Amino acid sequence: MAEKLYLYPKWVRLWHAINAILILMLIITGVNMQFSGMKVEFIRFDRAVSIHNISGMLLTANYLFFFLGNFFTPNGKYYKLTFSGMFDRLKKQFLYYTFGIFKREKAPFPVTVEKKFNPLQQFTYVVAMYVMVPIVFLTGWALLYPEFVFVKFLGGSGLKINDFLHVIIGFLLSFFMFVHIYFCTIGATFISNFKSMINGYHESH
Amino acid sequence: MRNISLSLSNILFKGLLLCLVFCAITAFRLDDKTKKQYKNAESNETCFKCHGQSKYSYKNTESDKEVFKRMYSEIIISRDMFYESNHKQFKCTDCHSEDYDSFPHPGRLRMESKYLCIDCHGDDPKYAKFKFEKIESEFQESVHSTKHSEDFTCWMCHNPHEYKISARTDDKIKDIVAYDNAICLNCHGDITKYQLLTDKVNPNIIKKHEWLPNQALHFRNIRCIECHARVNDSLLVSHNIQPKAKAVKRCVECHSTNSILMASLYKYKVKEGRSKSGFFNGVIMNEAYVIGANRNYYLGILSLVMFGCVIAGIAVHATLRIIKRKNNG
Repeated sequence: MAEKLYLYPKWVRLWHAINAILILMLIITGVNMQFSGMKVEFIRFDRAVSIHNISGMLLTANYLFFFLGNFFTPNGKYYKLTFSGMFDRLKKQFLYYTFGIFKREKAPFPVTVEKKFNPLQQFTYVVAMYVMVPIVFLTGWALLYPEFVFVKFLGGSGLKINDFLHVIIGFLLSFFMFVHIYFCTIGATFISNFKSMINGYHESH
Repeated sequence: MRNISLSLSNILFKGLLLCLVFCAITAFRLDDKTKKQYKNAESNETCFKCHGQSKYSYKNTESDKEVFKRMYSEIIISRDMFYESNHKQFKCTDCHSEDYDSFPHPGRLRMESKYLCIDCHGDDPKYAKFKFEKIESEFQESVHSTKHSEDFTCWMCHNPHEYKISARTDDKIKDIVAYDNAICLNCHGDITKYQLLTDKVNPNIIKKHEWLPNQALHFRNIRCIECHARVNDSLLVSHNIQPKAKAVKRCVECHSTNSILMASLYKYKVKEGRSKSGFFNGVIMNEAYVIGANRNYYLGILSLVMFGCVIAGIAVHATLRIIKRKNNG
């Protein structure tokens, strides 16, 4: 009988579900706009722009919800990085995912109420949520209102740097999303982690 | 005490004199500069004396009185705008009859036919790069000409007393856009001018363009002709204004790597300096960001390679997991 831990309170599940939908919309419409003018147009350009803009605005609001939630509830502790020994912990988890998992070794950092993320998860989530997502929505807002962007920045074009950042981080987040979804299949069962996004309970191996 | 007040008035007097001399020198210099810069400024002043302001006066020889009259707004010419225009070096009588020198102007001069651009600029090697003949034939095909025949002349858009070239300059794109769009709005935003040529009600530009996302941003950053004129590869500025049914409405016409903006609004800047940074239509990015048109070639390739690696990594990992699970029963 797998042990069940209540790790995902309602507000986290709600934020996560909204975030997932918005990020998906942003990726699909973003790629559609980036590769516009192709023979096959998945979504009409003007619609893609509108959906992308609205999704970006909602993502900003949802991010504030996440930020404040983490600030005022104990959920924020899961995102606090401990730098001492971090590299070794990351290496251990990486080796587990690349070799140990195939040898049916036990997870080096089992999920507990105190630590619901393994070191690799914790590091990527912190980078994604506290670095990449803020950059992507801030540069997105700047693209909506280019008159507020520094035309010249560090001797180069401010618009180019802004565009570069938005597109590069956007692509990195989309890669993160693919890996994130795949890693969700590594649970007690293939779908157990997906179930926990709905009921809030994590099933241990 | 008397000595002090005397010396004070002496200083004031000398100061005033110095100011007057300075003003006279400055005025003389400015006048001299204008004269040097615009060789016909002095002779043009004969016309500007009346046509440069909203009222004029003349002596009625019968009543022997000075009569003040209002100048019709249509024939008031701004000195400032004239001396900034393309024709700033012209003498008024280069284009208008010499008989205008006399006042009252002879009544028959009302029938005087006006020159068109092509009358002076056509077949002139000096102006060959502007391709006036091509512009003329484009204009003849345009909706302005076909709908209004001879009533619509070059002067409707290019006021010969004010028009100055804007596309062939290093001005900021936004300034070029504002200047050129003001020409269109001169009639399309003013019912009295619009109805000089038609009985139709002038369409409300804002309402007619409600479908356009980020309308204000578009209006500030592109010219009306980007969507309303057919691009001509051999002309810097297309003059073939299309009927509204043929206006560009597909976003990807501009928002793609094959953006028509490169053949219209940015044509001059593209010719002046091509981007070598790997950005599609990089020249646009000097002053704006056009979604879809400003893709980076190298970034596109890199993202596709990375995407391939991510998918391949997931596929290999998943396959190994399935195989190991089967082997372990």
